[in-house]
Amino acid sequence: MLGIEKTVEKTAVEILRRAVIYLPRDVKEALNSAYENETSEAGRTQLRAILDNIKLGENGKTPICQDTGIILFFVTVGRDFGDFSFVPEALRAAVKTATVEVPLRPNAVHPLTRKNSGDNTGMNMPYINWDISDGDYVEITAMPKGAGSENMSSFAMLTPAEGESALKRFVIDQVIKAGAQPCPPTIIGAGVGGSADIALKLAKKALLRPIDMRHPEPQIADLEKAILGAVNMTGIGPMGLGGKFTSLAVNIEYAHCHTASLPVGLNMQCWAARRATARIQRDGTVEMVS
Amino acid sequence: MATFKFRTPVSESDVRKPNIGDTVYVSGVMTTARDQAHRRALEHVKTGKPIPVDFEGGVIFHCGPIAVKEKEQWRIVAAGPTTSTRMEAYEAEFIEKLKPRIIVGKAGMGARTAEAARRFGAIYCDFTGGAAVLASQKIRAVKGVEWYDLGMPEALWILEVEEFGPMTVTIDAHGKNLHDIVQGSAQEKRSEILKALGVA
Repeated sequence: MLGIEKTVEKTAVEILRRAVIYLPRDVKEALNSAYENETSEAGRTQLRAILDNIKLGENGKTPICQDTGIILFFVTVGRDFGDFSFVPEALRAAVKTATVEVPLRPNAVHPLTRKNSGDNTGMNMPYINWDISDGDYVEITAMPKGAGSENMSSFAMLTPAEGESALKRFVIDQVIKAGAQPCPPTIIGAGVGGSADIALKLAKKALLRPIDMRHPEPQIADLEKAILGAVNMTGIGPMGLGGKFTSLAVNIEYAHCHTASLPVGLNMQCWAARRATARIQRDGTVEMVS
Repeated sequence: MATFKFRTPVSESDVRKPNIGDTVYVSGVMTTARDQAHRRALEHVKTGKPIPVDFEGGVIFHCGPIAVKEKEQWRIVAAGPTTSTRMEAYEAEFIEKLKPRIIVGKAGMGARTAEAARRFGAIYCDFTGGAAVLASQKIRAVKGVEWYDLGMPEALWILEVEEFGPMTVTIDAHGKNLHDIVQGSAQEKRSEILKALGVA
């Protein structure tokens, strides 16, 4: 039997593989429904190619997109899990193994010299977001994030007195500015409040929520639906070639913020919204969550 | 909307036929080049250093593939287009100096590229972003790889392709730019959209 370190490493390789090859159920359903309901011929052609590509990836066990992203992990450690100090090393090893075995494209470069490390690791990479929970397991989500959509991220310190209106205007303007670049139909993650860094972090975290789940608070859920409807009025459409489906969902997360500020972070996600999650018990039992 | 099937090398008169919105398939040789390769190629043009690929009449693919080496032979696993806007700073000069006829990418390019396409005879085509497995199925063989020191995504991958497509012409050789039209129309609807959202 493997030790817990090796189990975590092996499981991380597996969720990386699953993430880049199989799209989550909610995303596939939304793309299928977009194809059924798209009225623009150009848009339908793009969605057909996307759906065919998803099937080909699944059948051939091949990454659906060549941009297998930079590797981000979200790790939630249960309070009764015990020592977890080995997790960062295990995840780093997993990324190196997955790069060769899946394979993943080596994307990680030094930000200034642009030298490629060749194995998707480097300074602060893979990046691990930590959280704690009440359980006795560690839950790991792999989120390989492509650059096409990530490059369309944005942040603004809006005018607090303008509130919701400022938020709506900001999202619409960013969607129009981004056009075809984030590979629409996109998912829009919005982080509202907190501070500058928290808003962007929440925007990314919002993308982890399944897109058929609205925010539990009705006011936020209604805002998500209203902004999505408005985004899809732009007519940018699949791949920016025109159509009804510019985005599949708007997911918002928020934090209380200073009375004098309204920070908003936006994180765009391409249609290839890749994420996979596993839970590992102390005794080495592994459960694939999604 | 018409459909065109081209084989490399593509002539200027042929590439002037399609209009934006038309469908294009390409057979022959296609070479990947992203920002780093564009920059180096133009530096070499300036300094007179040799460039390992003859781009004249050829196809540039904005793509950084996943490739694996099996028994000394490279195989492309996944090869969809990358966002072309990153190459906007280089493409007009690239078209002028190195004479490729077809640029393949995603998300479109800007006014300088469109002007070079009109003047020198070239088109820009969108292949579905993210559809990397679909794209790799049209790749018959890897004929070579150059400038690998730039890293796997940024290297020049020389690919033999058969009916690569379907692609949509979004910049034709007549000065038209489909992405500009779609984005411009979204911009025109902005106030109507904000009004629907209850924003003054």
